Amino acid sequence: MIRIGKLPIAVFALCIIIFPWLARQITAISHYTDIMVFVGIYCLITIGLSLLMGYAGQISIGHAAFYGIGAYVSAILTTRYGLNPWFCMFIAVLITGGIAFLVGAPSLKLKGHYLAMATLAFGVIVYIIFNEEAAWTGGPDGMSGIPGLSLFGFEFDSIERYYYLVWGFVFSAFIFTVNLIQSGTGRALRAIHASEPAANAMGVDISRFKILVFVYSAILASLAGSIYAHYLNFINPSTFDLFFSIKLLIMIALGGMYNIWGAIIGAGLITFLSYEWLHYFKEFEVIVYGAILLLVTIFLPKGLAGVPEIAKGWFRR
Amino acid sequence: MEKITLAGQLFQYLITGLTVGSIYAMVAVGFNIIYNVTEIINFAQGEFVMLGGLIMVFFHVTVGLPLILAFPATVILVTLVGILLDRLAINPIRQPTVLTLIIATIAASILLKGTAMFIWGKDPYDLSAFSGRSPISVFGAVIQPQYLWVIGFLIVIVIILSIFFNRTIIGKAMSACADNPDAASLVGINVKQMILLSFALSAAIGAVAGITVTPISLMEYDRGAMLAVKGFGAAVLGGLGSFPGAILGGLIIGAIESFGAGLISSGYKDAFALIVLLVVLFFKPSGILGSIEISRIKRF
Repeated sequence: MIRIGKLPIAVFALCIIIFPWLARQITAISHYTDIMVFVGIYCLITIGLSLLMGYAGQISIGHAAFYGIGAYVSAILTTRYGLNPWFCMFIAVLITGGIAFLVGAPSLKLKGHYLAMATLAFGVIVYIIFNEEAAWTGGPDGMSGIPGLSLFGFEFDSIERYYYLVWGFVFSAFIFTVNLIQSGTGRALRAIHASEPAANAMGVDISRFKILVFVYSAILASLAGSIYAHYLNFINPSTFDLFFSIKLLIMIALGGMYNIWGAIIGAGLITFLSYEWLHYFKEFEVIVYGAILLLVTIFLPKGLAGVPEIAKGWFRR
Repeated sequence: MEKITLAGQLFQYLITGLTVGSIYAMVAVGFNIIYNVTEIINFAQGEFVMLGGLIMVFFHVTVGLPLILAFPATVILVTLVGILLDRLAINPIRQPTVLTLIIATIAASILLKGTAMFIWGKDPYDLSAFSGRSPISVFGAVIQPQYLWVIGFLIVIVIILSIFFNRTIIGKAMSACADNPDAASLVGINVKQMILLSFALSAAIGAVAGITVTPISLMEYDRGAMLAVKGFGAAVLGGLGSFPGAILGGLIIGAIESFGAGLISSGYKDAFALIVLLVVLFFKPSGILGSIEISRIKRF
């Protein structure tokens, strides 16, 4: 397993910090800062999901639901009850974590494809609820007028300010996750992925670790949802549909699920593809996504993050 | 005008439910055929149904072939898609794990969905009913003749499959692969061929489901995912891998959905089957007719 070095993290952090300045200098990419806010939001989700898939070997096709619950809890509590957005974000995390525990605890005891189908079914049910409970969620029209964020009088009122806020969250999540991977928990997770019976024999409490990771990934998705709601000031159910869950899967498969960097590479590439580079295909972009997912699964099972490893193998030959 | 009684209405829900349930049962049988041989859950199973409906519309309505020719032509074409799915998406994977296989079938499913949108657009398509649309009135319920065709085809599929698995050499070879692939290949069964056959067979059954249901509920490009997850619900409710279970599970899920939509809320129509799926997964994952022993020996 690849250790995550401190130097790449520092270089990456520097790139992220100077990016908005760079984007301001070049008109052609000046709107990239806005896209990078979304990349950050998706990174929050994929970091957790890649831990779940790559390290615990479990698959979820329902994370759009956790993302959506985070967004809707924040939206409902702030617009209807006028509560503090940060407090609402915290409540959303508690609710999402609780729901993830209830969904994950029974299905994670089952084998691989059961969690996939259970999360798929769960995601579709939540999506139907967003559409049907119009009294709470505004139905298919969604909710508008969600307030922006502020901290001790500092208003997050520009794209760049949100950019730094989101990426602050991403770096915290990234470093926390890296520490998790390189701790005993990470070793236990890798043992589970390698062989459940062997891990069990060594005294690893398999289902406890799987549930832990599942809940952790759901909480990150919830945070991402809350930030999304406050950034756009508007949400509607179609953002949180089944295809978004599949898109998350594509991000992780493309980036590479066995390496936490893969989560960031995948989220970045797919977000730029869908916001910027695939306009020509319009709604047929789904064919491109299908092709990417299939080709990566067959030819690059470790995703783009696995390419250096393959290249090293070629040089040694 | 006949008075609509409560009993008549309930009977109506039951008949509608059993019809939709027959479709779910066919999807569930398709899941089981592939699962038994390969231990893969084919997330693209619903796309076979969608393709069956839309390709039938192409042959019957667009080209103008008579029903008796368009039907087998559609089944053959969708079967080819099933074969391609195995050859292009499943077979090339060098180190199959449950994760990569699930992802590969999901990729195939969105590719098929996107291609269907490319060919047919986003509109739903209608197909004329096999024997007209004048309803038959039974016990105060109105039954479309097409309902009987759907249920009839489910019965035909069940009969053909039981003869195939119990009486033919190839069918028995497939069952052997399901029991123990290593032992099966030791006695000279070509496991790769059996996997190919399982995809072909379950694509064909999906096509029949799509062809027969389109005159009732129309068909459009994005119907596959929901059909797949409901069909999977049926398969799990009956016990994954069990054929009688798939039929039973399909009919029960269809009935629950129909009664739920009629009596509780039509907006949540699609949620009922999924809630049943979650409840079964949480409390009795081996299903009604499945056995825990069999699920233990499966790799995935």
